[in-house]
Amino acid sequence: MLHAALLLASTRPTWPDILVFAAAAAVILVGAVGVVTSRNPVHAALSLVMTLFGVAVLFIEQQADFLAAVQIIVYAGAIVVLFLFVIMFLGVDRAEDINVEPLIGQRPLAFVFSVITLGGVLAMAATAHWVTGAQQVVGPIQGHVAGPNSPAGEPAQLGKQLFTTYLFAFEATAALLVIAVVGAVVLARRPPTVQADQEDTTESELSA
Amino acid sequence: MVHAAYLMLLFPLAGFLFLVAFGRRLGDPVAGWVGTIAVTAAFVVACMVLAGLIGLPADHRVVVHNYFTWFSSGGLSVPVGTLVDPLSMTMCMFVTGVSALIHLYSIGYMKSDRDYSKFFIYLNLFVFSMLLLVLANNLLLTFVGWEGVGVCSYWLVAFWFQRESAASAGKKAFIYNRIGDAGFLLAIFLIFEKTGTIQYESGPGGGIFGQLSHLGGGTATAAVLLLFLAATGKSAQIPLFNWLPDAMEGPTPVSALIHAATMVTAGVYLLCRMNPLLHLSTPGTVVIATIGAVTAFVAATIACAQQDIKKVLAFSTISQIGYMVLAVGSGAYIAAIFLMVCHAFFKGVLFLGAGSVIHGLEDEQDLKRMGALRRYMKWTTVTFTIGYLAIAGIPPLSGFWAKGDVLDNTFAHYKPLWVIGLVTAVLTAYYMSRLEILAFGGEPRFDQPGPHGEPPLHAPHESPWVMRLPLVVLAFFAFFGGVLDLPWVHTHNLESFLAPVFNGTLYNDNLAGGAEWALALTDIAAALAGVIVAAWLWRGAEVDKPALEPAFLQRVWYWDDFYDTIIGRPGQRLATFCAWVVDARVIDGAVNGTAHLVKVTGTAARKLQTGYARNYALGIALGMALIIAFMLSRTWWG
Amino acid sequence: MSLSGAWYLGLAAIVFTIGAIGLLVRRNVLIMFMCIELMLNAANLTFVTFARMLHDIGGQAVVFFVLVVAAAEVVVGLGIVVTNFRRRSTTVADDLDSLKG
Repeated sequence: MLHAALLLASTRPTWPDILVFAAAAAVILVGAVGVVTSRNPVHAALSLVMTLFGVAVLFIEQQADFLAAVQIIVYAGAIVVLFLFVIMFLGVDRAEDINVEPLIGQRPLAFVFSVITLGGVLAMAATAHWVTGAQQVVGPIQGHVAGPNSPAGEPAQLGKQLFTTYLFAFEATAALLVIAVVGAVVLARRPPTVQADQEDTTESELSA
Repeated sequence: MVHAAYLMLLFPLAGFLFLVAFGRRLGDPVAGWVGTIAVTAAFVVACMVLAGLIGLPADHRVVVHNYFTWFSSGGLSVPVGTLVDPLSMTMCMFVTGVSALIHLYSIGYMKSDRDYSKFFIYLNLFVFSMLLLVLANNLLLTFVGWEGVGVCSYWLVAFWFQRESAASAGKKAFIYNRIGDAGFLLAIFLIFEKTGTIQYESGPGGGIFGQLSHLGGGTATAAVLLLFLAATGKSAQIPLFNWLPDAMEGPTPVSALIHAATMVTAGVYLLCRMNPLLHLSTPGTVVIATIGAVTAFVAATIACAQQDIKKVLAFSTISQIGYMVLAVGSGAYIAAIFLMVCHAFFKGVLFLGAGSVIHGLEDEQDLKRMGALRRYMKWTTVTFTIGYLAIAGIPPLSGFWAKGDVLDNTFAHYKPLWVIGLVTAVLTAYYMSRLEILAFGGEPRFDQPGPHGEPPLHAPHESPWVMRLPLVVLAFFAFFGGVLDLPWVHTHNLESFLAPVFNGTLYNDNLAGGAEWALALTDIAAALAGVIVAAWLWRGAEVDKPALEPAFLQRVWYWDDFYDTIIGRPGQRLATFCAWVVDARVIDGAVNGTAHLVKVTGTAARKLQTGYARNYALGIALGMALIIAFMLSRTWWG
Repeated sequence: MSLSGAWYLGLAAIVFTIGAIGLLVRRNVLIMFMCIELMLNAANLTFVTFARMLHDIGGQAVVFFVLVVAAAEVVVGLGIVVTNFRRRSTTVADDLDSLKG
């Protein structure tokens, strides 16, 4: 409903838009800085969640509702949880000293190159008036609001493209996921000898 | 029969191949007989071809055969074929004849040498090459034969290569020849460029001799001088003569065959063959004549002071070939050929006699240790003396007529050179008489210890019949060889036979009858003067006369030392420089330096691989920044 | 209408840079991974912005795939981290330098 209203409104940004953007941007930036400067990995993971939520808001702001939902569920809900899980599993949730830098010149040069890249990208984008490219190559973002059986709305459009234009990529990523799962299982498996010891320990504990 | 000239080439070649395959197994003396028979067969064929040639009318005596094409490239087509004419047949006759006799002699001389069969292999190959040189119908094939005799000469001079001096002598002979060969090749190139062919009489445009009008005066002189350079190398004239005395390190039959009768005459033959070209260049012929005369004189003076019997004969050969070259330069080609033929006879018998002496005295070659050999080696003495009288120019032996012809023609053209020639004749008689007296005359000295403490020698024995027979045959020809071209006979002699080759007009002995008699008497007087002076100076038992044998003459006018100083030492210094500076420091330095540079670069570049993933990530960030900067610059400044 | 796309793109660029700096400066492997996720998110934001500005659903489709691949990458990457931790008991990136030249 909000989208329909927005569509019918004028092209000039309204105050709610600006406010939402500013808030989301602040959240994102705080979270990003938090990830980079946290001493404790758990704090960093939580900052990352903050950033992901901010990005999801901005997705909704830009009429990518489905993606916002997927972002929350997959990124914040699965990936970051996996991060936390591994942190706890390895037991490395202690603070790390971030002031010492053993590699010579790493920090200054990192700053320099990154800032150059940032400045360059912004300058190029500004020169190109912020967008270049053909309009509507693949398909529209939102179809017309019509009868119950005709495609409409962003998820429907996304789905339509995924299963027609991008079908091959879709299937490939499915296979990729399977491979990743198999890889994870193989990588994280314990070696057999350690397992035998564990079983003995468990049995002796139970019998005692 | 005149069309079977190729058999002359095939017989020695077959002998060579047969001996290569089976010579070692056949051994001493069968291998020697095989070689001798091969060359004798060639001689028989030569006689038959000569008979066939004489059967043709006088102005048709040029028979050219092409057997196959060696190669054909661009405008040059080189056939393999023979040119049978009076000049080549004259050469073939005495080459095969003398070679056959020397092969026979070698059967006895080389007996019990451990490389017996190898000697005859080389000798047969030599005869083949010499005949190829003489019979070839184009310049390139002649050059093949030229090289062939050069390399056989190298092998044969260095036959006893275990001796350092023999190996060096072989190298020296070959290298001096090589310098002359460069001249030969350049002459061939020049002639081909101007005439478009290298065949003498046949081929496009009538061969070289049919197209001499294409050669201007300058080119002709250049070609003549280049060919003469080749001739000085092969025939041992100034400036390329000092290899011949050293070549006496080879066995005596080699000295007799190669360095007296055949190979050294190849240079003179080449000049005679190219006589139409020489006709075009007067400066060239003047140079040839002058060098011939000077060489004859210089060599004769040196021969007066030599103590080794073979060295005397070697310088004598240089001197006599100087006479031949003088004749060629004076336009008297037929006189040169006549002297060449007679020289083959008397120098052959002299060398073989010397070999007989050496063989009898158990390899002693020092004249000061010989003496009174006339009492022990009768055959050798008689034949050697005949040769001695011939070369000294005593009538009625062949040398008198031949040398007289040369001097007559020189008198007709270049009087100053005639004077030199006459003085040389005196010296020739002098040193040959000295040789005769020291070796065969006087009292025996070989039964006393030598000047360096060598033990006394036993009385010499005469040589076996295989060595005596060639001596007798050659002495016979040395005595009667003059009948080939007696001055008062004008038909059916060598002159009329050879005249068509030289267009007749090139042999002009237009002296009045009185002048001829006067010159003849002068020649006799010169010869007798030399003999008498030698007999008087060298009478008595005292043979050590340093006043008569100054070091200047003994050391070949210091010619070898001169070449050593201006060419040898600088060459060695250049070689040392190249080896130790250019090769060791520059080239090795560059190569090693490249390797070192790679190593240093690698060591430095290695520091990039720190092993830290974050450093590599920094590298990616750097690349990112560079790409962005580049794209930005393209966006703003095009 | 929402704000002009320029703002979103600028924000995305800044987040990307922050993530890049974090990746280069931090030594803990897990935090480096999180910085990578930051950079991926910035890219996603950019794609969605362009999709909106060009009225094209293709940009959102790409985001979809980026999401999936990022997930797979995290799975495998963390698996490697775990394996490495088992051998060396460290999560400091600087300790993994056995490929030093």
